[in-house]
Amino acid sequence: MALLFDGAEWDFQTLDAIHRACTEIAVGEFGLDVFPNQIEVITSEQMLDAYSSNGLPLMYSHWSFGKRFARDEALYRQGYQGLAYEIVINSSPCISYIMEENTATLQALVIAHACFGHNHFFRNNYLFRQWTDADAILGYLAFAKAYVAECEERQGRAAVERVLDAAHALRPQGIHRYPKRRWRLAEEAERVKARREHAETSYDPMMRTVPGFRLGGAPPEARQQMETEARARLRLPEENLLYFCEKNSPRLAGWERELIRIVRVLAQYFYPQAQTKVANEGCATYCHYQIMTRLHETGQINDGALLEFLHSHSSVILQPDLSDERFAGWNPYALGYAIMNDVARAAVEPDEEDRAWFPAFAGNGDPWGVLRDVWANYRDEGLIRQFLGPKVIRAFRMVHLADRPADPDYRINDIHDEEGYRRIASLLADQYEPANLAPLIEVADVDLFGSRTLKLVHESHRGARLDGDLAKKTLQHMQVLWGYRVCLQERDAETGRVLTEYASA
Amino acid sequence: MVIVDRRANPQGKSLANRQRFLERVRGDVKRAVADTIARRRVADVDTEEEVRVRVDGIEEPGFATTPEGEHDYVLPGTGTLNRGDRIRKPQGGGGRGSGRRAGRGSGEDAFEFTLTREEFLNYFLDELELPRLARTSLTQERMSKPQRAGITLYGYPSALDVRRTMRNSLARRIALGRPDKSVLERLEARVASAREAGDEDGLALAERDLAQARRRIARIPYVDPIDVRYARHERRPQPATEAVMFCLMDVSGSMTEHMKDLAKRFFMLLHLFLGRRYDRVHVVFIRHTERAAEVDEETFFRSRETGGTLVSSALEVMLEVQRARYPRDRFNLYVAQASDGDNDSADRGRVAHLMEDHILPIVRYFAYVETGGDRGAFPHHAGRRTTELWDTYESLASDYDQLAMRRLNDSAAVWGVLADLFAKSSGPVPA
Repeated sequence: MALLFDGAEWDFQTLDAIHRACTEIAVGEFGLDVFPNQIEVITSEQMLDAYSSNGLPLMYSHWSFGKRFARDEALYRQGYQGLAYEIVINSSPCISYIMEENTATLQALVIAHACFGHNHFFRNNYLFRQWTDADAILGYLAFAKAYVAECEERQGRAAVERVLDAAHALRPQGIHRYPKRRWRLAEEAERVKARREHAETSYDPMMRTVPGFRLGGAPPEARQQMETEARARLRLPEENLLYFCEKNSPRLAGWERELIRIVRVLAQYFYPQAQTKVANEGCATYCHYQIMTRLHETGQINDGALLEFLHSHSSVILQPDLSDERFAGWNPYALGYAIMNDVARAAVEPDEEDRAWFPAFAGNGDPWGVLRDVWANYRDEGLIRQFLGPKVIRAFRMVHLADRPADPDYRINDIHDEEGYRRIASLLADQYEPANLAPLIEVADVDLFGSRTLKLVHESHRGARLDGDLAKKTLQHMQVLWGYRVCLQERDAETGRVLTEYASA
Repeated sequence: MVIVDRRANPQGKSLANRQRFLERVRGDVKRAVADTIARRRVADVDTEEEVRVRVDGIEEPGFATTPEGEHDYVLPGTGTLNRGDRIRKPQGGGGRGSGRRAGRGSGEDAFEFTLTREEFLNYFLDELELPRLARTSLTQERMSKPQRAGITLYGYPSALDVRRTMRNSLARRIALGRPDKSVLERLEARVASAREAGDEDGLALAERDLAQARRRIARIPYVDPIDVRYARHERRPQPATEAVMFCLMDVSGSMTEHMKDLAKRFFMLLHLFLGRRYDRVHVVFIRHTERAAEVDEETFFRSRETGGTLVSSALEVMLEVQRARYPRDRFNLYVAQASDGDNDSADRGRVAHLMEDHILPIVRYFAYVETGGDRGAFPHHAGRRTTELWDTYESLASDYDQLAMRRLNDSAAVWGVLADLFAKSSGPVPA
């Protein structure tokens, strides 16, 4: 077959040809199932822009995005940080940003990685299907941007920033971890409009003068009952702090609730991504490797391009070990790619060990079928628990390092041997538990008819403690949303003993 | 598949966010700007060089856990580790395997970023404003005045452009052959002479010609509406408050390099400020030794000269220029003078006279900056606390509050002195 390109130069025809060749391989041969692709060529400045708004093409205005941009730009200019070759957005059509500086080979790599690997994952993984609405996210972002701008116009920038700052601080605690229903983002803008119209048409100043009921005179039993009933309506405990404030805060105006909702919707949108870094990058890396290799085999890229690709590929999947000064935790690309490779190999040419570890699919001869199943049905935690095999454990020479407060040293409890495989796989999977992504903090109680103080609880597992300084500052933000005092109790999960109490000033 | 080229999209999408961010870190930015000014060479003030701002304590808090407690990490090992091996924990409790947790805490948000030149100038000039900018004619800073701007077909009768209208009319009359007065007179004469001569044929012919000419005159108007042209007027903005800034500098031998440098910095900033804040401010540069001369900007800042010092010479040149080009009813006059304070004592009376009788009564503001030695010492006035010129001006300062005086010893203070002299809304306070 003819070469798609020769040398580093590319133009739009080249991109189109690469995309067509990749489609043939990825969809035709590998059976990937992708959203339609939209490739957008951008400059490095635009890439920095995209960084600062979490990779989203549209974002409401907030100083924190400006801060991120300033920091990333400084790092980039001083050479401390390179830019990603691409950013891909989970939407339909699936938008991939690729940089104009990339060589033709890199563009091919990026197209294989993002437009097919990530795209397939977004479209098929159960978390994304459950939580995100790929068809409507771009529309929703446009709505959010316009809504925040309108609020700034109506209420002033300071008032809007106050709410957004507070909501941003609670973003990690603004997520429903268990699905209730799928977001219908397209309806959000409509809903806001309907709500405002309702408020405007049904405003009745007379109602405001109706005296509220007073508890002071009520007998204690009645009072008790009212409190119980009101509390039941709040459905405590509630772990989604932003949701709780949006729905129940006594002091927020409608637009403020809407702002909280916007922050919440976006936090929820990113929730699946946080849980599937290894699986998603593993999928994309495996796909780009396979696609690029096929392109070379079929004579569509030359040896030079293959070598250039392999150079990039091997730096992407570099995993420094713990004695290396570059070590900064697990590289999701490396870990994910190793697992995918191992699974595919076990499906085709299993040995005794694989048959023992992966009885379900070892030797079934259908690597793509197995992988498609993995990508569709697992997040990181499950992927590692089920598919991290002894070969990968050995390849990374994984060890289990135990950190006990009483011990001045770390201890190596397990290594990559027969005895250790199971425990290591299970402990590593625990590391990817969604519960470990952010501290779990719940609304435990509200003093409904008195001071209206909100009581939060953080359960301390195995001695993990909140950073007190940050906790106090965050509670201050929570108070903005709740409108009254907020206090936080840190309890030991096993004994229930109260360890610390923080309160907003 | 769709390919979109976004490269041509408007740049600076994050500008709104950046402005919001800069507002947040205003204090840090201002400090960085002040430092930069102190550090930079005079000529570099306005250049493209970067201003780096170090930002501390703009944090976005959130609940986070400390490295305390029990943890189990699975990590990529070296291959040499064995069950039961021990690795010393790093000091301070930070977990080695806890890369995810590293860097949490209050220091997290400290980082450096770069201001653009535009932003730098904005911050730099932000707080400054010419004091007591009197509005010479109207309350509005800008007014407009009609000015002629070509011609038009429609307009007020009063704006009729007679010459142009008549030119058109003449051309038309010639083209259409409208008989003029002399032709008519000639025909009338012909009729009269034919009548006198009793020449019947001639008379009939002459009368016919005359009647034809009269008809023509009646049919072809002298001025037709299509000839008419009006002058067009446009309202052009007119600065109601024009200001002129006289920059006076001593470049004589008694000014050390350091002093000249300070003075130059002062004017540099002043010039930057004026050129930026007001678009109709004239700047006049006058430098002096024992003789003074008006010079261009380049010469003012760069060339060197030696000689004695006669401050009055500069004041005289200033007055000459003012009288010749900047009448006081149209301009607000500002004077900024930088000197080491050294002056011929024989010149004292003349300076006082010029200042009191001629300059101070007409200027809005007279800023005098005295540049001192490296550590505030005034070497050639050992034993004296004040200088000749300072004494002279000080005696006037109590009577004229448009005269402001400051001492400047250190390049870091240039900015402060300028800001002080031209602080927004507050009038000058004599030192």
